[in-house]
Amino acid sequence: MALVALAGAAMAEEEATLIGDVDRGEMLFQRSCGSCHQVGEGAVHGVDPGQGPHLNHIFDREVAQFEDFFKYSEGIVRARKDGMVWDLEHLDAYLTNPKLLVSGTNMDFRGMKKPEDRGDVLAYLRQFSYSPQDIPEAAPTAYAEEVELTPEILAIVGDPDYGEYLSTECTTCHQIDGDYDGIPVITGWYEEDFVLAMHAYKREIRPHPVMQMMAARLSDEEIAALAAYFGNLE
Amino acid sequence: MKLNRRMFIGTGAAAAASLSAPMVMGAGHGKPRVVVVGGGAGGATAARYIAKGSKGEIDVTLVEPSRTYYTCFFSNLYIGGFRDLSSIAHSYGTLASEYGVNVVHDWAVGIDRDAKTVSLAGGAKLPYDRLILSPGIDFVEGAVAGWDVTKQNKMPHAYKAGSQTELLKAQIESMPQGGTFAMVAPPNPYRCPPGPYERVSMVAHLLKEKNPTAKIIVADPKPKFSKMALFQEGWSNHYDGMIDWVGPDFGGDSVEVNADEMTVTIDGEATKVDACNVIPAMKAGRICEMAGINEGNWAPVNGHTMQSRVDENIHVLGDACAQGDMPKSGFSANSQAKVAAMAVRGALTGSKVFPAKFSNTCWSLIDTNDGVKVGATYEATDEKIAKVDGFISKTGESADLRQQTFEESVGWYAGITSDMFG
Repeated sequence: MALVALAGAAMAEEEATLIGDVDRGEMLFQRSCGSCHQVGEGAVHGVDPGQGPHLNHIFDREVAQFEDFFKYSEGIVRARKDGMVWDLEHLDAYLTNPKLLVSGTNMDFRGMKKPEDRGDVLAYLRQFSYSPQDIPEAAPTAYAEEVELTPEILAIVGDPDYGEYLSTECTTCHQIDGDYDGIPVITGWYEEDFVLAMHAYKREIRPHPVMQMMAARLSDEEIAALAAYFGNLE
Repeated sequence: MKLNRRMFIGTGAAAAASLSAPMVMGAGHGKPRVVVVGGGAGGATAARYIAKGSKGEIDVTLVEPSRTYYTCFFSNLYIGGFRDLSSIAHSYGTLASEYGVNVVHDWAVGIDRDAKTVSLAGGAKLPYDRLILSPGIDFVEGAVAGWDVTKQNKMPHAYKAGSQTELLKAQIESMPQGGTFAMVAPPNPYRCPPGPYERVSMVAHLLKEKNPTAKIIVADPKPKFSKMALFQEGWSNHYDGMIDWVGPDFGGDSVEVNADEMTVTIDGEATKVDACNVIPAMKAGRICEMAGINEGNWAPVNGHTMQSRVDENIHVLGDACAQGDMPKSGFSANSQAKVAAMAVRGALTGSKVFPAKFSNTCWSLIDTNDGVKVGATYEATDEKIAKVDGFISKTGESADLRQQTFEESVGWYAGITSDMFG
């Protein structure tokens, strides 16, 4: 906790971390994956026995999508029927050890034990999938931070200056003068009610996806700061 | 809360920014001066937040040619008949009267980065300490064979809202019964990723009421587009058989138009059309090119502050900048403007600077009370603005939820426009 004080509670913002190092990932990919898989412009499926599909647009693709081209293992076909998608979590698990995810898989690879190596390879591959700016629902390119809840959260005294800056994200939708046109009014709440509501979104007890997402990345101090700012608006 | 190395980097950067900031930088000319070029979601928001936050310590001039600004967002709803044109029109009166922004209705035609001045078409030269460019988009010349801006009255782009939008709607309304509407969709990246497909939905809604046997053809160079599954589900639910989407596998990337003959040729096959919306490939608004801050078609920026990577005295917002993962949208521009406003105030008056945070949500209307949305949160890394989390509406949602999503979008429109214009 001394470190928190040193950093300054209100300023304790974490910078997003990219999945990994693209250049190092390319080197690792060529060394460990490149003899069976192609990726990038002009990449095609492998045609020699034992080679695998190209990995363009692998992120958020359903598993085992090229049945016309490959005889997939029973295990991965079953996974497809269960709705498995190659998102970051599943790709990372598969790279760790393919058998972890798919028993009897055809991918003959012993696995990549270091998380850093996997992150770098995935960052390299991520470049060849759909880009969020073109299709906003495409897979993330950075890790979301998990923020843990503590029992002391209600006791935190918010910094209204920091709250004022953070509030600018809210006022794109919620009108600062308290007008209602379809999106709830958030000014003039009791601070405690505000804090409770935001934590309920963060824990996904309240259902709204936009609010869950916005709350998910707010720290306890930030929620307190917002409550202090909005609670004291005239 | 977890403690880690990155937290200290973030904190350090913020602290360093305030330490290196001269307290008032208007040395030799009184108050520090900020010029903002472009009065849309990026520029208007930035001007308002700088003026409001600095409480008169910074002179803010906003350069925008139009006296009446029509938002591109919700202009599709005007085409569909869900909004009046006047309901998406805004003026700059409140920015001037309540926030003290000096609003100049003129075109910025040149930027001298050494002298730090902006020249206007009317002849004036505006000096700046910091310049904010938020000019939106222009079109890449020669992007669609047979089309250039001289054809925009016959085949409107309607991708800058106002008279173009009115024209397109009028042309669709005067189509003969059973006629054909064509859209040439743009390649990535472009303003408002779901925009063309919301437009297709709105055109279909309009035609379904007035011209139910009409056809819609969409020629698209992209194999996948934003909210694709949601739009396709909606099109088959509401407009079954009316919309023919032609992707690149079937020649959607090989299109030629002829505005005099009113034909659209897809993969060598010509079709006579009655109305045609050509949305060409896009690039940053021309002033970025003139300023010499582009790399390719867009102006790269540092996501921590939205400063140009070429010139630290210039911040670039919204559609015109290349920042990383954020889609080119009004919501994104508004979000980026607040980060830039904070950075500019920090640099010019020494006010507190906090780490950059960004978000975006894009609502689209498919038919009456059938709204969908996609959104994400973003943070700045040294390389880019990176996507950290996101969500999207699901196919098969209940009618109640879709109606609520639409009503929410109406609330958002009221929210963001009052956030922009005061």
